[in-house]
Amino acid sequence: MALADRWLLPDGVKEVLAPDAHYVEALRRRMLDLYHRWGYELVMPPLMEHLDSLLTGVGRDLDLNTFKLTDQLSGRTLGVRADITPQVARIDAHRMHTEGVNRLCYCGSVLHTHPAQPLASRNPTQVGAEIYGHAGIESDLEVISLMLETLAEVKADHDLSLDLGHVDIFGGLMAAAALDGAQQAEYRDILERKALPELAQFVDTLDGPQVRGWLAELPRMIGGVEVLARAQQVFAEAPAQVAEALQYLQRLADTLQARYPQLDLYFDLSELRGYNYHTGVVFAAYVPTHGQAVAKGGRYDEIGRDFGRARPATGFSADLKTLAELSREPVSMAPVVVAPAGEDESLLRAIRDLRAQGERVVQALPGAAQEDAYSHQLVLREGQWVIAKR
Amino acid sequence: MKQNLTIALSKGRILKETLPLLAAAGIEPAEDIFSSRKLIFDTNHDNIKLVVIRATDVPTYVEYGGADMGVAGKDVLLEHGGEGLYEPIDLEIAKCKLMVAGMKDAPSVNGRMKVATKFVNVTRDYFARKGQQVDIIKLYGAMELAPIMGLADRIVDIVDTGNTLRANGLEPMEHIADISSRLVVGQASLKMKHRQIQPILDLLDTAIAARRAEVNG
Repeated sequence: MALADRWLLPDGVKEVLAPDAHYVEALRRRMLDLYHRWGYELVMPPLMEHLDSLLTGVGRDLDLNTFKLTDQLSGRTLGVRADITPQVARIDAHRMHTEGVNRLCYCGSVLHTHPAQPLASRNPTQVGAEIYGHAGIESDLEVISLMLETLAEVKADHDLSLDLGHVDIFGGLMAAAALDGAQQAEYRDILERKALPELAQFVDTLDGPQVRGWLAELPRMIGGVEVLARAQQVFAEAPAQVAEALQYLQRLADTLQARYPQLDLYFDLSELRGYNYHTGVVFAAYVPTHGQAVAKGGRYDEIGRDFGRARPATGFSADLKTLAELSREPVSMAPVVVAPAGEDESLLRAIRDLRAQGERVVQALPGAAQEDAYSHQLVLREGQWVIAKR
Repeated sequence: MKQNLTIALSKGRILKETLPLLAAAGIEPAEDIFSSRKLIFDTNHDNIKLVVIRATDVPTYVEYGGADMGVAGKDVLLEHGGEGLYEPIDLEIAKCKLMVAGMKDAPSVNGRMKVATKFVNVTRDYFARKGQQVDIIKLYGAMELAPIMGLADRIVDIVDTGNTLRANGLEPMEHIADISSRLVVGQASLKMKHRQIQPILDLLDTAIAARRAEVNG
C-alpha cells in the first residue's frame, strides 16, 4: 500500500477539523435547542439496522443509495441508513403507543453510496424534525415554518426560494391516463428532465385528446403562484385528487405569503426528483449561493404502514454541514492559556478553578515546543496564579 | 432585481448555429467570439455572460451551477446522463445521427463483439437493450481507424453525411438516436431565476418555430 493510499479518504467522504468542527457542533446544539423549544422530542436511531426495516415503503433510489453489510450473528442483511426518516417512522409506528400527535427530531450521520449532487458529501449529517399523527395543512405549515426557522438560524432566510409541489397531481393524472409500467417510467423520466422535445413524441403515442393535453401541460406548470390558477383551468376535468391538491397548495401559498411576505414561492407541479416516499405536499428551500436545495421535506402518510401503523406524517431534513457552510461565521474561540508543568498544589488548584470557570487551560508538556503557539500563560505573581499575555 | 445569468456555449460548429438563435432571443455577445481568445464574453445585457467551452463540458458546468443554462448536443447529454439538468428546448441545430458502423460487408460477429466509441454509456445501454453483451473500447477520436486496424468489430459514433465512413471503407449499420442540440437549464437555476430564464425560453421557442416555418416554406 502506497503512502498516498493510506491517508486518502474515499471519494465524497468528508471530515471536519477545527475550528469548523467546533462551529458545526455548536450549530447542532442550536438546532436541537430550537426544536426543543418548539416541543419536539429528540430520538437517536441506530446507525444501521435490518435492511428490510430501512427500505419498507420507500422508492428504489433509496435502496441503491444504501450501503449494505451482512450481520455475522444472524446472516441477515443490514443497511447503513441513507435517510433517518424511515427509522423515525418505525419508532413512531412501533415504539410509541400514543394515539395523538408525536413531534420528533433527530441529528445523526447517514451514508450515501452516491452523492446526492455532484460534489455533495457521501457522509452528510442529517438533521430534521417530523410530526406524526396529524393530517392537515396546519402540520405542514408548522414543519415548513420550522424549516424556515432552521435556515434563519444560519442567516439563510433572506433571498430564499421555497419550491412547492404535490405528488397527487402526478398521481391523479397517472390514474386517469392508465399508462402501463414502461410508459409510466418513460413519462417520469421525461418529467424529471423536463425534456419537452421527447414529451411531444411521447404524448402522440397516447389515446384520448384529454389525457394527451394533460400530460403535455404538466411539465410546463412551473413558476410563481399564478401557476396554480393556470393548472386549475387545464386540469379542471382531471380526477378530483388533482383539484384537491391544487386547492391545498393554494391555501398553503396564501398562508405562507401572509406569514412570510418576503418569501419567494416557486411552484413546480411535476417535481418528483429526490422524493422517495412522499404522498402529499413536497417542498424544498433554495438559496442563491448554493446550487442545490439546502433543506427539503414533505408529507409521507403511508410510511408507517409496514411497521403496523400507517400514521399521517410530515417533516423536513437538511445536512448540518451544508447549513454550516451557508453561514460561515468566523469562529471566535477563547484563547488557550498555557500553565507551567509541575505538581505544585496551588498551581493545580488554580488550573482546576480556571477550567471550572470556562477558561481553556493546558499544562505544558516538558520538552514540547508547541507551547509557544499559545497567546496567554499562567504566571505566579505575588503568590497568586494569574493569566498574563505572553 | 436582475439576477446574473451565465450561459455556457459549445465551441465549434454548434456555436455558429447557436448565435443567431440567441440573437433572436435578444442576447448578443459584446464582441466577436470567433476572433477572440477569451473564454468569457459580456453581452448586450449587463447581467448576462456567455462562456465558450468544450461541448462535453457544458452539462458539467450547468450541473455544478457554474453556468445557469447551456447549449449541448443530445449525444453529450445521453452520455452524461442528464442528472440535475432540465432540457426543455430542442434547438434543431447541428443535426446528425448516432450510429453503429463497421467495415463494409463485415460479417456478423459470433460471441462478444468489440465496440470502439467515445460514448461508453450510450453504447452499453444500446446493446444491453438488444440483449447483447459487448466489450467496449473507449477512444477519444478517429473511431474509423479502430475496425481497420482490427482493434474493434464495430464503432459507435456521430454520423453526419457518412462521407468519413465511406472514405475509410466503413458503412453505417444501425441507427441509435437522432441528435441535435438542446438548451439545458440547471435545476436550481430554473427554480431561483425563473423570472429571468422563462422569457428567454419563450423567445427561443418562437425563434425556432419561425425558422422551422421558413424552412418548410
